[in-house]
Amino acid sequence: PPSQAALSQHGLSLQMRGSRSKTLHDRALVNCQYSMATFSTGERKRRPHGDRKSNEMTQHLKQTFEAAILTQLYPRSQIDIYVQILQADGGNYCACVNAATLAVIDAGIPMRDYVCASSAGFIEDTPLADLNYVEEAAGGPQVALALLPKSDQIALLEMNSRLHEDHLESVIEAASKACKDVYAVLDQVVREHLQEVTTLLGE
Amino acid sequence: MASVVLSEAEKVYIVHGIQEDLRVDGRGCEDYRCAEVETDVVSNTSGSARVKLGHTDILVGVKAEMGTPKLEKPSEGYLEFFVDCSANATPEFEGRGGDELATEIANTLYRIFNNEGSIDLKSLCINPREHCWVLYVDVLLLECGGNLFDAISIAVKAALFNTRIPKVRVLEDEEGSKEIELSDDPFDCIRLKVDNVPCIITLSKIGYRHVVDATLQEEACSLASLLISVTSRGVVTCMKKVGKGSLDPESIFEMMETGKRVGKVLHTSLQKVLDKEESLGTTRKKVGFLG
Repeated sequence: PPSQAALSQHGLSLQMRGSRSKTLHDRALVNCQYSMATFSTGERKRRPHGDRKSNEMTQHLKQTFEAAILTQLYPRSQIDIYVQILQADGGNYCACVNAATLAVIDAGIPMRDYVCASSAGFIEDTPLADLNYVEEAAGGPQVALALLPKSDQIALLEMNSRLHEDHLESVIEAASKACKDVYAVLDQVVREHLQEVTTLLGE
Repeated sequence: MASVVLSEAEKVYIVHGIQEDLRVDGRGCEDYRCAEVETDVVSNTSGSARVKLGHTDILVGVKAEMGTPKLEKPSEGYLEFFVDCSANATPEFEGRGGDELATEIANTLYRIFNNEGSIDLKSLCINPREHCWVLYVDVLLLECGGNLFDAISIAVKAALFNTRIPKVRVLEDEEGSKEIELSDDPFDCIRLKVDNVPCIITLSKIGYRHVVDATLQEEACSLASLLISVTSRGVVTCMKKVGKGSLDPESIFEMMETGKRVGKVLHTSLQKVLDKEESLGTTRKKVGFLG
């Protein structure tokens, strides 16, 4: 079963919700929330958000998108990105990043490049791309990579467990390739959608 | 609750239209918006349903877990409701912003299911006093477009209809200790009877008339509403008045009659859709979230 995430992007807002002290004078503030539906995981989750794991994911998303969005263009504003996981089967963070990229593009907010993410692991001496829940639960090393594909710049790289440094390159390579594949799909979807919309608006 | 800001002129326009039984989108006072219901959308659950009523989007997941029966009802299982207002619906729901609305909805759900007729809790019992099925019904609000309670109750009924609880056998060995064995066949399961599960009908008082299935704009013009929980036979199980304004007793009786009428029609339509989905079985093309 695939991981499904629902996304909403509340665009630019010139009035700051919450504390005004968070306003940045020279760029936009990126505000994220990562929330999982209680029925999304195999075992029912008691709190949709507010726990440590969700807060950590929220921070990761914020970091990733601050690197990609051209925040200098919108001083004293706030961009809200809310991600809702509907079904979790591994690669939650990566699904969120891919969904959020599309949402930001849909909202018309300028970015340096698409942000594509993929996870990768190392099981039985083989690098594996895009781990599912069972592979993640196996306990081997996992790498989460968020990439800006055209410039090959890494927006976020996270690894847990232990991995011998000799294998690191092949694992990151596997994740990179998966990111570029995701980029191809996202790009095609955006172009198709744009064609549809311009055809409907045109003439 | 999420609300829109309307000018006085817009409110007057809506109120006057409704006095003539003509709403802004062309409906009559007793018409529902076009609703889409789809079950079995989340695979990690025992049962799930998604309901889209206009701009209101609700996702319900039911998970069946084993637990101990409550002390005062030792040979019955029970239902637990949890509502999550997603920040996707409106930014006000970020963090703990949606908690108040969520608790209100969850409490209403507890009340309407708090009678013996709604659902057969005895079928959820495995071992009296020791083991029973607990159904965790989780409601996720994805978008608020008015008339939340109705959409949520429809989704809950559809999800309960879709719920498949695995069959278990209780094995007792010589020492008297019981072991629970799950059936090997994943398709061997018990289904719930949802014939008596009530649905909530919200009737909003606007001017001198009342409307069913109010949009956000209509809710902004209404000072008082009546929530009625009606079963498929037209039996009213629970009633609640909400809103800052007041209702006179005659209006309440009128609204109740409308609610019973509309409720019966709603139940028949919903059952038709659910039966149709059921009959298609595995050949049904699932739309899920890509449509």
